[in-house]
Amino acid sequence: MSSAPLIELINVTKIYGKGDAEVRALDGLHLTIPEGQFLAVMGASGSGKSTCMNMLGCLDVPTSGDHLFRGVEVGRLSMEQRALLRRNYLGFVFQGFNLLARTNARENVELPLIYRGVRAKDRRARAIEALGMVGLAGRETHAPNELSGGQQQRVAIARAMVTNPAVLLADEPTGNLDSQRSDEIMRLLVRLNAERGITIIMVTHDAHMASFAQRIVQFKDGRLLSDEMNARPA
Amino acid sequence: MFWSTLLMSFREIRRNTLRSILTTLGVIIGVAAVIAMVTLGQGATARITSDIASLGKNLLFVFPGSARRTTTVTSAPPLRVDDARAVLEEVAGVANVAAAAGRSALVVYGNKNWRTGITGTTNNYFEVREWGIATGRRFTDSELLTGAPVCILGATPRRELFGNQDPLGAQVRAGNVSFEVIGVLTEKGRSTFGDDQDDFVAIPLATFHRRVAGNTDVGVMYVSASESTETSNVQRGVEALMRQRRGIPEDGEGDVIVRDTKEISDLASKATGVLTALLGAIASVSLLVGGIGIMNIMLVSVTERTREIGLRLAIGARASEVLLQFLVEATVLSTLGGVLGIALGLGGSYLAAHALKLPFVFIPQIVVVAFVFSGMVGIAFGYFPARKAAKLNPIDALRYE
Ligand SMILES: Nc1ncnc2c1ncn2[C@@H]1O[C@H](COP(=O)(O)OP(=O)(O)OP(=O)(O)O)[C@@H](O)[C@H]1O
Ligand SMILES: [Mg+2]
Repeated sequence: MSSAPLIELINVTKIYGKGDAEVRALDGLHLTIPEGQFLAVMGASGSGKSTCMNMLGCLDVPTSGDHLFRGVEVGRLSMEQRALLRRNYLGFVFQGFNLLARTNARENVELPLIYRGVRAKDRRARAIEALGMVGLAGRETHAPNELSGGQQQRVAIARAMVTNPAVLLADEPTGNLDSQRSDEIMRLLVRLNAERGITIIMVTHDAHMASFAQRIVQFKDGRLLSDEMNARPA
Repeated sequence: MFWSTLLMSFREIRRNTLRSILTTLGVIIGVAAVIAMVTLGQGATARITSDIASLGKNLLFVFPGSARRTTTVTSAPPLRVDDARAVLEEVAGVANVAAAAGRSALVVYGNKNWRTGITGTTNNYFEVREWGIATGRRFTDSELLTGAPVCILGATPRRELFGNQDPLGAQVRAGNVSFEVIGVLTEKGRSTFGDDQDDFVAIPLATFHRRVAGNTDVGVMYVSASESTETSNVQRGVEALMRQRRGIPEDGEGDVIVRDTKEISDLASKATGVLTALLGAIASVSLLVGGIGIMNIMLVSVTERTREIGLRLAIGARASEVLLQFLVEATVLSTLGGVLGIALGLGGSYLAAHALKLPFVFIPQIVVVAFVFSGMVGIAFGYFPARKAAKLNPIDALRYE
């Protein structure tokens, strides 16, 4: 794998609240992620995983410390610039899927392309291709309420990858799914990582899910407790 | 980007058709009310103006009486036949003068009778009041001079007494005098004030004096000013002449009233203009209320769609693009409401004008104004909810339940 770091978190602290109510969600965190890696993030509830993901997703900035994306210091960018960074380099898969209701699968997948200014005809073709890739060919016109949970999450993954992002961020993507559906999603992520070289950062509570990743980090109280390469990803 | 935003807002509006219609109902009603009020107001003005014009062009009425309310009309001496000739010859700018006297009478033909006004006058009357002859003829000079027992029927007594029969040559009776029908007037219909203008019978003035009234009084003179003159100048000239002829000193109180129809029509159209403006203003208040309705629903919609907004922001929508989206949505909604309101307002006022027997006056300006204004209502009242949406924090918005 390429070793030039794609993302670097250097001594990052994130503090919520003030005074007595102060919570150090991240507390002097160091994390370096090279291009093309499939990274699993684990840790107890409240250990700062989601906070870290928000930061990696450029939705939030550190209270102190540096967050570098391809050498650019994200903390110094304006809101608008961070929005453009997300638009052009990042893809998100959420635990709750977050599909637009009463909007069919294809239109949901097209959404990030609209913000990229892709023309309607190309959008359509790329959305259909992405849905095919996640095994939902023929379901383009189904609304979210006409799809199963696993299918909805696959639509969400199609939406995240349709732009061919540099990084795909997934916070507990299988949290709502049974183990069989979860395995399907995992194999899909592994494939995206292998075939397209998309860097994937995934939060999970499940050691089995984490075993699909190349590297597993454990959080505790806003820092890394452990950082291991997975010798034999599933 | 703008196009996709526009398309997106159309999709959003269609996704919630019922709510969208309810949201815009206020604007629809507001715009329709403004359009209907102004259109009907203009129709009423047009109707009144044309009615007054139908009295005759550049026409002045001259009748005895004091402008002061304390003096009753009857206390002023009547006009004389000579007055008409004097006005025509001595007042500058007078094109024509007709003297007339009238009274009510029961007119009988065969077994039918009809109570109507008998007007004694001359052929000038038909010119100044712009009456045409539908069938038959006017009075001849000798009929006028000798006071021949002939009459010309207005459209109403003709219909009431003769129905489908030909009245020409028939004899009708009023009191103990028998008149030969020599002509029928064209129809003018009802006046603004609701009275039937066609309900009278014209006879020569000399006939009226000799056989009906038994005196030589003139009740009213119709003075038509020539095209190029200011009617107000003629009005002053007639007043001065009558003062002189009736021996009233310069500084004394005049006992002849000269009324200008233009004055009446100006007054009437001013009154309807004020009324139109007032109704329009009241209607615009409802448009404002419609705008508040849009703001209300847009705020609800922003709250309802918090997660959607969070998602859009997360996948790279700029705050300004979210602002634009909601602004466009509000504006499209209110403009759609405006279009529906315009259609409703025009349709409604067309029907109402028909029912009220008013002319339907299509005013393109008010349609354009209503359209632009409804769009502006959307922008003005959509801005606050749109800004609220754009200011959402994506992390919180995504977590919103
Ligand atoms: N917006 C916020 N305001 C205040 N405190 C916050 C906020 N977001 C997170 N925290 C706190 O920061 C800490 C880390 O939260 P975070 O959501 O990152 O945990 P997590 O590892 O994702 O937990 P879980 O496994 O339950 O999702 C927690 O103590 C949490 O209460
Ligand atoms: Mg979490």
